[in-house]
Amino acid sequence: MIKLIGVVIVIVGLLFRFNPLLVVLVAGFATGMVAGMSPVDILSAIGQAFVTNRYMSLLILVLPVIGVLERFGLREKAEDIIRSMRTLTAGRVMFVYQIFRQVTVGLGLQLGGHPSFIRPIIAPMTEAAAAREGARGTAWLERIRGMSASAENYGNFFGQLLFPAAGGLLLVKGVLENAGYKVDLLIMAQYAIPSAIAASAIALVRFLLLDRAIRSADKNKGGEQA
Amino acid sequence: MTVTLDQIYAVTGVFLLIFTVLTLLDKKQSGKWGTAMFWGIYGITFIWGKEIPPAVVGAMVVVMALIAGAKWMGMGDYLSAATDFRRKMADKLGLWLFGPALAVPLVTFLVAWLFPKMGALVGLGIGSVVALALAFLLTRIMPVQAFQEGRRMLDAVGWAIILSQFLAALGFLFDKAGVGKVVAEMVATVVPVDIRLATVIAYCVGMALFTMVMGNAFAAFAVITTGIGIPLVIKMHGADPAIAGVIAMLSGYCGTLLTPMAANFNVVPAALLEMQDKNGVIKAQVMTAVPLLVVNIFLMYYLAFPGK
Repeated sequence: MIKLIGVVIVIVGLLFRFNPLLVVLVAGFATGMVAGMSPVDILSAIGQAFVTNRYMSLLILVLPVIGVLERFGLREKAEDIIRSMRTLTAGRVMFVYQIFRQVTVGLGLQLGGHPSFIRPIIAPMTEAAAAREGARGTAWLERIRGMSASAENYGNFFGQLLFPAAGGLLLVKGVLENAGYKVDLLIMAQYAIPSAIAASAIALVRFLLLDRAIRSADKNKGGEQA
Repeated sequence: MTVTLDQIYAVTGVFLLIFTVLTLLDKKQSGKWGTAMFWGIYGITFIWGKEIPPAVVGAMVVVMALIAGAKWMGMGDYLSAATDFRRKMADKLGLWLFGPALAVPLVTFLVAWLFPKMGALVGLGIGSVVALALAFLLTRIMPVQAFQEGRRMLDAVGWAIILSQFLAALGFLFDKAGVGKVVAEMVATVVPVDIRLATVIAYCVGMALFTMVMGNAFAAFAVITTGIGIPLVIKMHGADPAIAGVIAMLSGYCGTLLTPMAANFNVVPAALLEMQDKNGVIKAQVMTAVPLLVVNIFLMYYLAFPGK
């Protein structure tokens, strides 16, 4: 039981919002100590694992390219593309954005995010689309904003593992290889596809239900939860 | 010609050392010494990680954690472009802007498929260099400014960039200490481990629940996979580690949709959108996350046991 001290430290540390690096470090040392390792052994284990898993942070190489493209208007151009779907219903805007996010993050591109896309572009578009159908007022705004924000999360989470050098896959690889299992990144990325499709399908149903609720907004003030 | 992963690491390290120099030269950089030390040490682990004794690397890693914990890192002045310049260039360059960005995944996939010995990681490295060359051709930017832009993005991520490597190191220590065995024994007292489906449910639901508690699927993955995934699902029932692992991670992401602990994804956006209910985003996600978790359980059950 005492061996679980590291797990407890991680949970408590993160709950109290300490810096996650420090939390992980303390948990690692505590775990090593109760397993009878000397401080030098623990440092060696940390150093060895840190070096073996450097590949998890290779995205550093991509940063200058993306930074340069951003300087020359990459985000502005992406916004133009999203804005061109101005005439769609709220649910369809959310779905198109989600697919855009899923596909781009699946190609290893971080184009999107709540501050840069949902707040300035998607939320105003969906709110305007819903208002056109008569869905106005605080209750509708809350519901539409919540679902707009969710589209970003669905696209991001269930698209990112499609990219064979994604951080999530690299962590899976690292943990499994520490335990002695050799795994292939391309195969892992392939097996992320069914979940990605399921996520899009479930989200599509939710967004279409939202559109239906919006269409009957005047008869059904406030609407029920889709 | 073969490119090795070590060469890609060396290039990454050189990038980091360039960022370090630019940080030191930046007169407006906040937390200059902390930031420069952090990226400098990190760059050294990329270039000479294998040559330096592991215990010394371990000590360097501790220093990095202390710099981050003490909040000695900050943002600098990256000589960024004004909004109207970006707008003008976006209109001028148009869709060509996506060219270099798409070159990264294209080269990554091509290398992974055509040269499986080099693999996706080397592909990512080559793709980044190719894309950078294309971006130079397209924008005719000064190379130094390209690294300023890279530094801008890296400083925005900050210390979080090494969190995955930290969690992997923690998983390694957990494994050495036998934490997995203890968790597996505890799970075995409540789950009928002889039934394959029961272990799959324990793995996926465990990932989701632990992610909700920790607010981070990566942290949960190291613990739950050494505790449940490897001993019960992979060893006992013979699941394919790669397939079970990736679906477990996706199950964790279902948990991320359900927790205020994942503040950046759920709570911050609610504030950003000026919602009255700060859990409004989570509430919107429940009816997607729960069915999706069930789907993932079935996917793992039917896909991860080929021929069994």
